[in-house]
Amino acid sequence: MEKYRVVIIGGGPAGLAAALESFKNLKGDKRVLIIERDRFLGGILNQCIHPGFGLHYFNEELTGPEYAHRFVEQVLENRIGYLTETHVIDITSEKEIVAVNKKGLKRIKADSIVLAMGCRERTRGAIITPGTRPAGIFTAGQAQRFINIEGYRIGKKAVIVGSGDIGLIMARRLTLEGIEVKAVVEIMPYSTGLRRNIVQCLDDFGIPLLLSHKLVKIHGKYRVEGVTIAKVDSQLQEIPSTERFIECDTVLFSVGLIPENELSKKAGIVLDMRTGGPVVDNTFSTSQKGIFACGNVLHVHDLVDNVTKEAQTAGRYAAIYSQHPELFEDNIHINVVAKDGIRYVVPQKLNKNFVQPFVLRFRVDNLYKDAVVTISNAGKILIEVKKSILTPGEMQSIEISQKILSQLDFSSDIVVSLQNI
Amino acid sequence: MQKNKVTCILCPRGCTIERNVQGEKIELNGFGCKRGLEWAKEEFTNPKRILTTTLHVKDGEIEFVPVRTNLPIPKDNIFEAILLLKNIEVVAPVEIGSVIMKNILDTGADVIATRRVSKKNSSND
Repeated sequence: MEKYRVVIIGGGPAGLAAALESFKNLKGDKRVLIIERDRFLGGILNQCIHPGFGLHYFNEELTGPEYAHRFVEQVLENRIGYLTETHVIDITSEKEIVAVNKKGLKRIKADSIVLAMGCRERTRGAIITPGTRPAGIFTAGQAQRFINIEGYRIGKKAVIVGSGDIGLIMARRLTLEGIEVKAVVEIMPYSTGLRRNIVQCLDDFGIPLLLSHKLVKIHGKYRVEGVTIAKVDSQLQEIPSTERFIECDTVLFSVGLIPENELSKKAGIVLDMRTGGPVVDNTFSTSQKGIFACGNVLHVHDLVDNVTKEAQTAGRYAAIYSQHPELFEDNIHINVVAKDGIRYVVPQKLNKNFVQPFVLRFRVDNLYKDAVVTISNAGKILIEVKKSILTPGEMQSIEISQKILSQLDFSSDIVVSLQNI
Repeated sequence: MQKNKVTCILCPRGCTIERNVQGEKIELNGFGCKRGLEWAKEEFTNPKRILTTTLHVKDGEIEFVPVRTNLPIPKDNIFEAILLLKNIEVVAPVEIGSVIMKNILDTGADVIATRRVSKKNSSND
């Protein structure tokens, strides 16, 4: 059986950054392996040809392939091992990996594993869409791959369901490809996408964003012939006699992403129901010692820059684990709890053996204006951050500095909550 | 048609910036910072965007190469630029950053490749 210090599952932005940081932090034997199921490293970034990546991490605006390239180059320069077109089918709590590729079955043993498998798109089934099942229905990311990588022309007139970032970006992409986007239909009273995408992908081209509208039915026998939409009330219930038919031959769904944790489940890792990803501590260690998680497999991010930073931390600790697993043994955790308007927070725990500055990332559960995010512990408020606007679509982060850590009472939870001013 | 309202995209605050024209005097309101003000001035007078698309590659290990303009180009030129680009042929190998078309539509922007595309069957697997 092949042996590695750190094995990274997934060669997208999270996997690449984690691999590089593991490699840098290993001493002596520096065998790191990345396993990627696609033909190339870079993951979904390869199909994200639009600009907007790297503004925070590189201070310049790059496209997805360019952002990925910077990390792939470093992987190649450092001769970090990688396997492409290789699919991991099993991982165990003993950190044994079973993978399959053209050459057959492979068994690999790792000191530590970093899960970086990303996420999957929710489909029409996930939002229980009535109607027929004709050709012309895609998830937004699937359409993105078809157009940007495979070069297919996927239709002529489209309706986009859901206003997540991928849907918004595809609205622009379809328009540039000569496909008419009739509308973006969003059930919530707000968009879940980033503001810059609403401005540059919809407003620029005069594409209507229909908030508080739902898709009622898909029509068509062989190919999509149109959709029926309707307005919804504040309870998201359809308002009678607001139904409207829109003729189109293509429907794109951009209705959310779900962390891809089939392998994590097999390894017996405890998942967080709210994020859909593993429960981790500030070292990004999951409930299985020596298995770490980062990127969209952990929780869905809106900026790749944040994925990179998070993955670097995970990669560093994975390297530390492979040299000093005892530091992760029998550690005592305190919980980080999300309350009052905070939908979730990552990490969910703090490991007392690693009381080092870290970043709390979280999302709110609704649209809030002029609110205060507080972080408290043992009844004492440690940080208060005023925010003029908070939306579920924009991930928030707060750095927990050494100074704050020094004030912590380790017998009590850290609580993140939201108050209106 | 002139827009008199823009949403700033420079930070998550997303200020709505309004333009009031009174005769000769043009007044901008609602910006939250100096950067936002500069951005809005540009957005009202000469909105520019980076254009990205894909082009077919001959003899490439992949069939399409993603490209972008290295500078933002006027919004009004976007569709014309795309039509122009769709007619050109790119031949592998293509290096990331290499210029596919110089000074597109006299905008001063070059169209560059955003991914490396090796020649077909040149990889050693």
